[in-house]
Amino acid sequence: MHPVLKIVIQRLLLGLLTLLAVSIIIFVAVNSLPGDFAQAILGQSATPEAVAAIRRDLGLDQPAVTRYFQWLGDMLTGNLGISFAQANFASFVGTSAESGSGPVTVAQQIAPRFENTMFLAGVTAVIAVPMSLTLGILAALFRNSVFDRTANIASLSAVSSPEFFLAYILILFLAVLHPILPSLSNIYEGMPFGERLYRTLLPALTLTLVVTAQMMRMTRAAIINLLASPYIEMARLKGISPMRVIVKHALPNALAPIINVIALNLAYLITGVVVVEVVFVYPGIGQLFVDSVKNRDIPVVQACCLIFAGAYILLNLMADVLSILSNPRLRHPK
Amino acid sequence: MSAWIGLLIALVVIATAGWVFRFAGQTVTGNKPYFRDMSYGVAFGFALGVALLAWLVWSYYRSWAIPAGQPNPYFFLRIAIHGFILFAIAAFLFRLIGRYVGTGTSRKLFRSMPLTASFGILIVLVYALLAIFAPMLAPYGQEQVFAQANVVPGGDPTLGGNPDFPLGTDQIGRDILSRLIYGARNTVGIAFVTTIIAFLLGGTLGFLAATLGGWVDQVVGRTVDALMAIPALIFALLLITVASAWVQGSGLTVAMIFIMAVIDSTRVFRLARAVGVNIVVMDYIEAAKLRGEGLGYLIFREILPNATAPLLAEFGLRFCFVFLTISSLSFLGVGIQPPLADWGTMVRDMAPFINYAQFAPQIAAAPLLAAGAIALLTVAVNFVVDWMLHKSSGLKE
Repeated sequence: MHPVLKIVIQRLLLGLLTLLAVSIIIFVAVNSLPGDFAQAILGQSATPEAVAAIRRDLGLDQPAVTRYFQWLGDMLTGNLGISFAQANFASFVGTSAESGSGPVTVAQQIAPRFENTMFLAGVTAVIAVPMSLTLGILAALFRNSVFDRTANIASLSAVSSPEFFLAYILILFLAVLHPILPSLSNIYEGMPFGERLYRTLLPALTLTLVVTAQMMRMTRAAIINLLASPYIEMARLKGISPMRVIVKHALPNALAPIINVIALNLAYLITGVVVVEVVFVYPGIGQLFVDSVKNRDIPVVQACCLIFAGAYILLNLMADVLSILSNPRLRHPK
Repeated sequence: MSAWIGLLIALVVIATAGWVFRFAGQTVTGNKPYFRDMSYGVAFGFALGVALLAWLVWSYYRSWAIPAGQPNPYFFLRIAIHGFILFAIAAFLFRLIGRYVGTGTSRKLFRSMPLTASFGILIVLVYALLAIFAPMLAPYGQEQVFAQANVVPGGDPTLGGNPDFPLGTDQIGRDILSRLIYGARNTVGIAFVTTIIAFLLGGTLGFLAATLGGWVDQVVGRTVDALMAIPALIFALLLITVASAWVQGSGLTVAMIFIMAVIDSTRVFRLARAVGVNIVVMDYIEAAKLRGEGLGYLIFREILPNATAPLLAEFGLRFCFVFLTISSLSFLGVGIQPPLADWGTMVRDMAPFINYAQFAPQIAAAPLLAAGAIALLTVAVNFVVDWMLHKSSGLKE
């Protein structure tokens, strides 16, 4: 077998194992709560018989290990359960069956929001990645100039500011003082693409500010690291223009760390998205997550947590695999 | 639409100006090498910089030209410019003082220090003083409620201010200045305590894993790997949900401290173990083992002193991270609980005021002050850490 394929498969298996471990952690955390689902639905005044009945219906009387595998199976098949906010006593006992549709499942709640969040992350990536690459290359080209220092200070400030500070600054200047973009991203289904993009732009710009800085700094560092190598010296002595030296000669070799940083920053977006969605009231999965945390809506919290962790692991895995693939020494072994 | 056309015209003008600048330079200086070899990108950059500076100066002039009481869109830009100049001067003076006062080593340190680093050290010092002496510096108590709610910051009675409350009061009538000062104590203090707990926990485990090796290393290491696979903020939110089933109010604040400490100790563990593993193979550790020293001696007297430098740099970055995460949690409403004054919560409570910025900029300043206080500290710590890393790595280019 090709050695690269072997490493990649190894990494994929490791990722799967991590995901499994994470699911155990989440399951244990959620199940360490006092009381359980049945009591949460029925409230304080429930009779022991009613609690026992619902427990039996939901399989809560099974041992924890059995329940874990059941839960894992449910998660994998997309059955994320029913949120506490939607569930009530009636819907479980079945008396409300004649009233038509049952309670909204967590999966139904999350699906459209997940799409919205992916849209936000996508718009951010489309703006941030080319911008940070360009800025990073320019900073490396004009290193130690006024431009480089300004960019360094600005990016360090952006990277270390909290997301909500950047968000409110952008709202202040782009939405309130100069009403160019809407400060609230009320997005609904079936919205035309242009309109949707327009309303997503401000949260996307906030996230762009947060991630661009990091990517730009790493691009600059990766390129500058290479500039001392002999082959760059050679290219310079040939008389190639500095821009060409960097783009044609330094960049391809700096690609592995840059790709790594891009993937890691996209993973970082997952955390950033939570705060930014709350600021802009963007109907994404992060906002749902925070609302559920406040309402202690356990099924939604654990589902969101699993999705976030899964996406995080996936992107980290991607960073790993891509940086392996972009390394020519690994691709063409002797 | 007209804004875009304006932008396009401005770009074309700047692009032309860059070309003219280079051409003029070449003609006037008789093709001096500097202008002869100047690439168009550099010329464009100069033109762009000049244009930006001109725009700033013009905006600053406009901000004074608009009479008080009228909508003033340049108000915040003016404050930002003032703040920038003031901080730059303060940092410069601080560095100047540092160069002539203090011990030989500290004077030497200040001599090679960039302005950003001295700014960072100054801000950290100011925050530390504010946090320590908060009860003496704050004019009122953090929970004190006054009859006058929603007093506008600025202390100008004609604009709805009150000189008794220089930064105004919030929706239920608490003095914002006092709460900001107490916020330094609560937010920074809690983040500091959390970081210390994280370091004690992660550091001890990391050194233990490095010294003992074997199955201890494997078990702790793999557990940490799994814990680190969940993003910190997400994991913290999950654990806080669980914790909120048991404790409420200030108990939740304590629970959050421990949750954040545990989550962050995983990151500290990684570093401590990596540093420790390199130290454990040294000869002096071997010698200590042969002398029959115990585990405690090995960790605290042999490994710890040799691992201080990387751990200290990490402490700065970790503190920033914890501080930002706790502020974010508070902003989301699940972090530091009332009645403790805290910057993240203040931003969340007063955020709607930003929408008045067009008509009454002073009102909108209140939430930005709290958010700015958070940003200022993290930026300052990052500047210092950046300088330290730059110094220790010996990067010249």
